[in-house]
Amino acid sequence: MSAVSAALTERIALLGNPNCGKTALFNLLTSSRQKVANYAGVTVERKEGVMHTASGRRIKVLDLPGAYSLNALSNDEAVTRDVITGHSKEVLPDLLVCVTDATNLRLHLRLVLEARQLGLPLVVVLNKMDRAKQLGIVIDKKLLARELNLPIVETVSLHAHGADELRALLDEPLREAPPAHWKPPGVEQVLATQRDVLGIFNRTVTSPTIDKDPSIRIDRFLMHPVWGFVVLALVLFVTFLAVFSGGDVLSGWIEDGFGAIASAVEANMADGPLRGLVVEGIIGGVGGVVVFLPQILILFLFILALEASGYLPRAAFLLDKPMSAAGLSGRSFIPLLSSFACAIPGIMATRTISHWRDRLTTILIAPLMACSARIPVYTLIVAALFPDDAMAAALVMVGLYVLGIVAAMTVAWFIKRSDKHAARSPLLMELPAYQWPDLRSLVIGLWERAMIFLRRVGTIILAITIVMWALYTIPSPRNSDNGMQRSIAGEMGHALHYVFAPIGFNEEISFALVPGMAAREVVVSALGTAYAMDGEADDVDEQLRERIEREWPLATKLSLLLWMVFAPQCLSTFVVVKRETGSWKQMWIMGGYLFGLAYLASLITYQLTALLTAP
Amino acid sequence: MEASRAQTISLDQLPEGNWATVADVAVPADSAGRTLVLRLLELGFVSGERVLMVREGRTDRDPLAVRLGHTTFGLRRREAAFIHVTPST
Repeated sequence: MSAVSAALTERIALLGNPNCGKTALFNLLTSSRQKVANYAGVTVERKEGVMHTASGRRIKVLDLPGAYSLNALSNDEAVTRDVITGHSKEVLPDLLVCVTDATNLRLHLRLVLEARQLGLPLVVVLNKMDRAKQLGIVIDKKLLARELNLPIVETVSLHAHGADELRALLDEPLREAPPAHWKPPGVEQVLATQRDVLGIFNRTVTSPTIDKDPSIRIDRFLMHPVWGFVVLALVLFVTFLAVFSGGDVLSGWIEDGFGAIASAVEANMADGPLRGLVVEGIIGGVGGVVVFLPQILILFLFILALEASGYLPRAAFLLDKPMSAAGLSGRSFIPLLSSFACAIPGIMATRTISHWRDRLTTILIAPLMACSARIPVYTLIVAALFPDDAMAAALVMVGLYVLGIVAAMTVAWFIKRSDKHAARSPLLMELPAYQWPDLRSLVIGLWERAMIFLRRVGTIILAITIVMWALYTIPSPRNSDNGMQRSIAGEMGHALHYVFAPIGFNEEISFALVPGMAAREVVVSALGTAYAMDGEADDVDEQLRERIEREWPLATKLSLLLWMVFAPQCLSTFVVVKRETGSWKQMWIMGGYLFGLAYLASLITYQLTALLTAP
Repeated sequence: MEASRAQTISLDQLPEGNWATVADVAVPADSAGRTLVLRLLELGFVSGERVLMVREGRTDRDPLAVRLGHTTFGLRRREAAFIHVTPST
């Protein structure tokens, strides 16, 4: 045996352009054996998994962030460059797997040529081979392998056996790599590489003279100056319709489930403080938050599917001009859309915005998008405002969403105006070919979202729920007569009341806002606890609505609605802003301006309404 | 030289639905412009490539969707202005 054959691949990294199907391939290779974290010191998602080679050996796979070039423009590209040039804390992979889109080799071959200079063993994957055949693209694989002097395998990420060729290759001994000489190229070198690419491409790939890609025709319609916007409006309408109607049904089931658990515990446990803690504190509190899981997942299902199909970049294209009026670019659209589910993934999605000022502006306004945690509070108060008029209630709900968007655009416009000399960031983005979303990747994506949410519920929210219950119960348990007057919570509410009295909040609201910092939806259950409601979640909501309808003046209801639109009632958002900007200052700016806006809006609303409705 | 230059226009001037061939790409002196142009070159906007103006935006005909090879790119007029093309007749 020669020395070469002893070296087997233990650790590979997937390198490739965005949209080359790399993540779908990663999902096929590793299934659910994945670990998602961040790269040390930067907020770029690090995805690593374990796969089996054809002979059954387990090896590690790192899914590098997508990069057009090692001449990095975005954080993502910088991480990829640093990992494979050995300038990071990551262990260098034994083998670099350069994933290319077989339908688009003209674009993707350049990265292969660049990666060839890194001094790492390299394999080229021709992905989406099924699609290339459909389009009539013929690739002379043997000649391409000879021209590149690299092994080449074909893959189809959507087929269960689509990566078998790659799995077999990974059992072969590693080939020696040429010595490294990568340096960031200048204009002349890029032009020289492009001449090489064109030469190789012309010798090895035969494409039909007529471009059969239906994407052009679809684009003529979906990016039409009029029809494009009609379709976009319809897509958003259907998305939110599904979120609200589908989410309602599923949330109902979850509520029933938690109700049944609570009844079972009540029937089997002796009455006392411990039962109170379990039933009202833990089951009631956690159940009150878990009911939003369906809505979050439905919104993410739409976002993931629209992104995988290639539509979202088109939406960003259409909205570039309207959003530039507010000083943003179309690139901010996807993060802001995600923020309607939850500001945290929304803020994390700003990582794709390469321009720092644009990214910061998007982070600062993301919390103004009406996240799903606001829905229960909006629903409760709007229902109390219009108990008999569903139409008016729906219109007010829409109005609250619009208000958040208008406020966000206004804030973005002010940030832009305060920084007149800032250069505009480029839009330049790929509008990838349309395709059917890969089911496996959708399921894995949704699973990740669900786990992130449930982990938060199981830790922070559970802990806060228990603490809240204690504050309401100590030193003397509340009951329907004395409300919460004899508890710690009562004292705190009494103190906070002085701050919130000018905007019309009573002691119960003032105190409910404190646990509401953990999650806005907790405000509802905290109000329920404050008013000492008993029974299952459904009952509590109904009793609470009636009491609010009866006892709160109109001015207070409106004031609280406005407060919920603006106030940064979410500690997790603070944490994620600090992490993503790396700056305490930006975090306090975000919190400060939102509290200021909220207090001002509520103050004006309360005082004006009180004045107008005064007898 | 003068004659061939007369036929080239910047890409943002190419009417919707028309094809052209990239003549050259201007490299500006400022670093932001250089970075952008380097990326345009890396994405394949190099001399000899065929481009199609797929769509123009509604307001001020901005942004533009341009087909290059098997890829469509979205870019703004001022970004496209660095690319000089010869319209096909």
